[in-house]
Amino acid sequence: MYIKYIKSEPPSDGFGNSNANDGRLLSSSPGAGTGGTATGNNKPAPGPPEEQQTLLAVLQFLKKSKLAESAEILRREAGLPEDALDPKGTDASGSGPGLAAGSGQVDGVDASSLLSRVTVSSSAAAQAPKKDSSLAACFYSLSASPDQPDVSVVLSAYSQQGDPSLYDAYYSGLKRFIESVLDCHRAELSQLFYPLFVHMYLELVYNNNESVAKAFFEKFSGDQECYYEQDLRILSSLTKKEHMKGNETLLDFRTSKFVLRISRDSYQLLKRHLQERQNNQIWNIIQEHLYIDIFDGMPRSKSQIDAMSGSLAGEARREANKAKVFYGLLKEPEIELPLDDEDEEAENEEGKPKKKKPKKDSMGSKSKKQDPNAPLQTRIPLPELKDSDKLDKIMYMKESTKRIRLGSDNLPSICFYTFLNAYQGLTAVDVTDDSSLIAGGFADSTVRVWSVTPKKLRKVKSAADLNLIDKESDDVLERIMDEKTASELKILYGHSGPVYGISFSPDRNYLLSSSEDGTIRLWSLQTFTCLVGYKGHNYPVWDTQFSPYGYYFVSGGHDRVARLWATDHYQPLRIFAGHLADITCTRFHPNSNYVATGSSDRTIRLWDVLNGNCVRIFTGHKGPIHALAFSPNGKFLASGATDGRVLLWDIGHGLMVGELKGHTDTIYSLRFSRDGEILASGSMDNTVRLWDAMKAFDDLETDDFTAATGHIHLQDNSQELLLGTYMTKSTPVLHLHFTRRNLLLAAGAYNP
Amino acid sequence: MAADREERRFAEVSRDSVKLMAESAGLELGDEVAALLAEDVCYRLREAAQSSAQFMRHAKRKKLTVDDFNKALRWSNVEAICGYGAQDAMLFRSVKEGELFFVEDRDINLIELALATNIPKGCAETMVRANVAYLDGKGNVGPQGTVPAAVQSLSDDLLKYYQQITRAILGEDPHLMKVALQDLQSNSKIAALLPYFVYVISGVKSVSHDLEQLNRLLHMVKSLVQNPYLYLGSYVRSLVSSVMYCILEPLAASINPLNDHWTLRDYAALLLSHIFWTHGDLVSGLYRQILLSLQKVLSDPVRPLCSHYGAVVGLHALGWKAVERVLFPHLPAYWANLQAVLDDYSVSNAQVKADGHKVYGAILVAVERLLKMKALSLPQPAEGCSSSQPGCLAGPMGYRVSSPGLSPPPEPLAEAGLGIASHLQAGGAGCQWEEWSPVPLPAMYSELYSFFGDSLAVRFSTEQSFGGFSPCTPSHFRETRKEPLGHVSNPDTTRKMPQLTANLNISPRQDGSPRTDPPPPSLAATGSVRSLARSSMQRSRASSSRSGQRSIGLSRDVFPKARFTSPHSGPPTFSFVIGGRQMGRRCQGRRPFQTIFVPTPPPPVVLPRVYTHKLPVIGRVCKPLRRWTRSHYSLHLPL
Repeated sequence: MYIKYIKSEPPSDGFGNSNANDGRLLSSSPGAGTGGTATGNNKPAPGPPEEQQTLLAVLQFLKKSKLAESAEILRREAGLPEDALDPKGTDASGSGPGLAAGSGQVDGVDASSLLSRVTVSSSAAAQAPKKDSSLAACFYSLSASPDQPDVSVVLSAYSQQGDPSLYDAYYSGLKRFIESVLDCHRAELSQLFYPLFVHMYLELVYNNNESVAKAFFEKFSGDQECYYEQDLRILSSLTKKEHMKGNETLLDFRTSKFVLRISRDSYQLLKRHLQERQNNQIWNIIQEHLYIDIFDGMPRSKSQIDAMSGSLAGEARREANKAKVFYGLLKEPEIELPLDDEDEEAENEEGKPKKKKPKKDSMGSKSKKQDPNAPLQTRIPLPELKDSDKLDKIMYMKESTKRIRLGSDNLPSICFYTFLNAYQGLTAVDVTDDSSLIAGGFADSTVRVWSVTPKKLRKVKSAADLNLIDKESDDVLERIMDEKTASELKILYGHSGPVYGISFSPDRNYLLSSSEDGTIRLWSLQTFTCLVGYKGHNYPVWDTQFSPYGYYFVSGGHDRVARLWATDHYQPLRIFAGHLADITCTRFHPNSNYVATGSSDRTIRLWDVLNGNCVRIFTGHKGPIHALAFSPNGKFLASGATDGRVLLWDIGHGLMVGELKGHTDTIYSLRFSRDGEILASGSMDNTVRLWDAMKAFDDLETDDFTAATGHIHLQDNSQELLLGTYMTKSTPVLHLHFTRRNLLLAAGAYNP
Repeated sequence: MAADREERRFAEVSRDSVKLMAESAGLELGDEVAALLAEDVCYRLREAAQSSAQFMRHAKRKKLTVDDFNKALRWSNVEAICGYGAQDAMLFRSVKEGELFFVEDRDINLIELALATNIPKGCAETMVRANVAYLDGKGNVGPQGTVPAAVQSLSDDLLKYYQQITRAILGEDPHLMKVALQDLQSNSKIAALLPYFVYVISGVKSVSHDLEQLNRLLHMVKSLVQNPYLYLGSYVRSLVSSVMYCILEPLAASINPLNDHWTLRDYAALLLSHIFWTHGDLVSGLYRQILLSLQKVLSDPVRPLCSHYGAVVGLHALGWKAVERVLFPHLPAYWANLQAVLDDYSVSNAQVKADGHKVYGAILVAVERLLKMKALSLPQPAEGCSSSQPGCLAGPMGYRVSSPGLSPPPEPLAEAGLGIASHLQAGGAGCQWEEWSPVPLPAMYSELYSFFGDSLAVRFSTEQSFGGFSPCTPSHFRETRKEPLGHVSNPDTTRKMPQLTANLNISPRQDGSPRTDPPPPSLAATGSVRSLARSSMQRSRASSSRSGQRSIGLSRDVFPKARFTSPHSGPPTFSFVIGGRQMGRRCQGRRPFQTIFVPTPPPPVVLPRVYTHKLPVIGRVCKPLRRWTRSHYSLHLPL
């Protein structure tokens, strides 16, 4: 029974980390349970049988692909005996059941299906040529396999189904049944409609019953929830078996189990009904393609269900959000204040609540030694602070004493940076933390960096000239700059496609840009040249972002995986796989231990940087997610999507805690004020809206029950939380930034 | 096949199109193949369209471009389609004969293009511009209000507009100016420029030598004030102050007597009244302030007459109430000064005197209006109006009947006396106009009459619209007045009124000169030496005997009755003189001329000399001083 089938969400994410060179930094973390190995999940001691199976399958695949060396490494790492592979290796091409039975390692599990999965998935990879270009991508397709039946399995399952003419009757029978049950159950059981509808339609199409499929679609597509409209549109265009190959949305749908949350009562009702009617057709689909997450207690209401549904693969399983997340902030490094700290200190005393507010957790941890919610300082290795970083921290502290305390009655001033003459070519914007530089990524492949302070941008002198300067002088840092190159604007050339993501490093020495050409480039803001081009994504990279501590960065794109990189590694350290569609935006948690990714599959996932695991899956958006923002205290996440809604999430509990309705178009930027009191959202609808984040988070009722069941009651208080709507002059708001003093900067290109 | 579909969700490529394309490629396709192909092409197109939408979303656009589509094509291993990347919309044409639609694809002569001399300019450089959009999350910080000039900049268009408009208005071409003013008055998009225009207008102070420019700037004010789309906000203060400048200041342009700065002041006053009428809400706080400053100018004898003139027209422009509150109480004090100027016939004084006449005229106009409006504002304006001409009797009757509170003359008159005294006091004190209490019409009239005499009456009698009151000739007035007085049977007052009216016919000089003894009487009391008396004496000395005779005759008629029986003084202290008609004969353009003994505050005992020291300051300071003193002596000469 699938209901009993419990397994941590993407169970084999660790495979993504099998690049040989990623271990150096991450392995030095003592707190990690997986320390010392290149692959996060492969513990020296053989894991549970399933995991071992998977390993065997991978080994076999490697062997078959003539990657003996890798297979050997993996085998050693996994602690499997030398001969573990041999019996299989001899005839890996075969997939007979007898063979699988012969392997003593696999205790009582159907190894044949496993093997067939392996072989099939390699062929599946071959079918989808773009997927097999990299080892990682191949692993990705593998990683999906143990948990979710892969393409051909699904297809063959479809082929076994019965009389197509009866589909209509089956579906309407179920519909009648659901409509006749009590109200409290109806809402829950109605969740079945959409996945059943899609699978039945696909079966019909697969079995070449085009006309029946069309009729089926015509008849029942109107019943589906309106937020599935986009998927239905794609579905309706697909009427041939041939079309199914290579259609990613459908692959997603088939390879993932649609997750439904239903109360035990409702489920029993459904089960009884289906058994009475001998409705095997539907029962089979439920068993094969659906994952029903049963809970005890009151059935949920329609609004509760609607709040959480909408993603490509249904809701998140409850187990997926059970992992502990260390959302607390890291301890701020102790920095001796400069000599003039006397008055500074005095100032701090009185200005303490103001200044320390955002750092409450970290401050608390200072006094209490350890914030229970904060990760260990050394959980992931972070770069050491340089002198310049310390100076910057001091600047930051000085600035924050002058910070304006925002609130519902004290709204920020908004300064708008308008990109003129951008000819609709502006695709990404970023502003440095100290608000001194602004950079734009453009559709013409350029990256432009402006200085928004009177201080001009200067390059470092050429090597020949650098030889001439006095290296002992005090102002050597000033002398190395070439005055002749001073200008307000520097243009960085290098990409060969629109630049979709852009991010400054915290120390303002580097700039990252991700582009349609599949690369991420690292630029030096000292020399204004490209330093590295990171290749790994073969498809457009939609977003990239530096870690708040620098050094690491994350990227995500059309290939549905997010990658964690370090600036001095040309290959990724981690690959976060699990999204069913493009990753559209990526954000680092303020403590740098987690990465959040938003996707076109309408889910948000939170990944653990340490081991690459997915620790949270948030569903509820009804459109691709284009903006993410962590609250400064690290507890909450805000997300904005094409549906114009902002959703608020409690990371610790893994719950949706708020919905902010108001925008009428895609939200492209979200930002919390420095103290976390105000949430600003910028949208395609040419407005900036300010929301009372304090109130939104204060009103939370996070009792144990809600936390346990994940059933949230959202009150519709968007209008109360909306503090202001600010129009621009036909300028979509692409980026928002709070300066250290809490002035809100917004940026966008004038769109005449 | 496609057409057979009951519902068409998408644009579809028809079988025929596929066949056509195949033919053009030299292939022959069967129907079935074509149909299958068509369907597949549709599907692939839709797929590509959906993928391209992703590019559009990530480029943060709402418009799908050819580029997006090309990128999507690359995903599906299809070659990009070139040649459609232009920003301009493509023309979609149809050919009637073939029912064919196509995108126009013109041949481009590359040679011509390459050798063309009109090289297109590069597109403008992409740049970032910062502007503070919202301050403290409040309101759209538009150009109005308190935006610091540093963060506010004008778009090129606005800048150009501003330059053109100012150039046109301040330039030579009157026609251009007219157009510019017209536009300024009706343009709805110049809110951002308001501060700049206001700044330009505030430049009046620097062009005070150029009447023409001043005039143009005032016109600009007018246009701005009349523009219905502009919210003047706090800028109205600046505008008002510019206008006030034109009204009050002794402009450099007024040094030259040929410059008609009077008209400018008139116009500015008109403008001021316009501002107060149309933007009363904005300037209500200014009203008092302006009254005070006008009063200050008026009461400052050092100021040139043109400033005084401005003050008077300004008051006039602010409405009769302002006149009543400021000018009227101040008139007695002022009159003395003016009189002195008017009575100086020296050649060197000619210019000043001419100015004095101007002021005189302005005052006259103002007080006439005051009287008119006051009468109208009495409870029965409607009735009075209805019976305008023939109702000279009915009018006053109505007036009496309808306002019993006012009609018993004794009371108002008694009050009048007090009122006069009090405001005289006030006038002396400076500007305590808050203490001002309304003077009843009759008293006011009587007092004004004491200044203006006939000329006031003349104006009234010619005024048709002055309901009930205006048509009254003085005699009528007297009669009607008598009646109620009789009713109330207060002999004192009955006598008083006729006396006043009687004075209408008195030729002032004759009255004044003989009787005004060294201690010239004031209205109420005795003993104070009045400079005005002196001046009138002087004039009387200068004036011809004929007029004197005539006036004597007139005065005799009335005189017996016209005993000024103010309770305090005996008949001989009869104090006011109205000098009038002869002026027309004598002098340049000063038509109605009266000399009046004003009920100025009776300074207990002021020696003439002392007084003259105070007075002489209209216009020029030194000379008149002497003249005044001389005139004082001259007073005795005829005697």
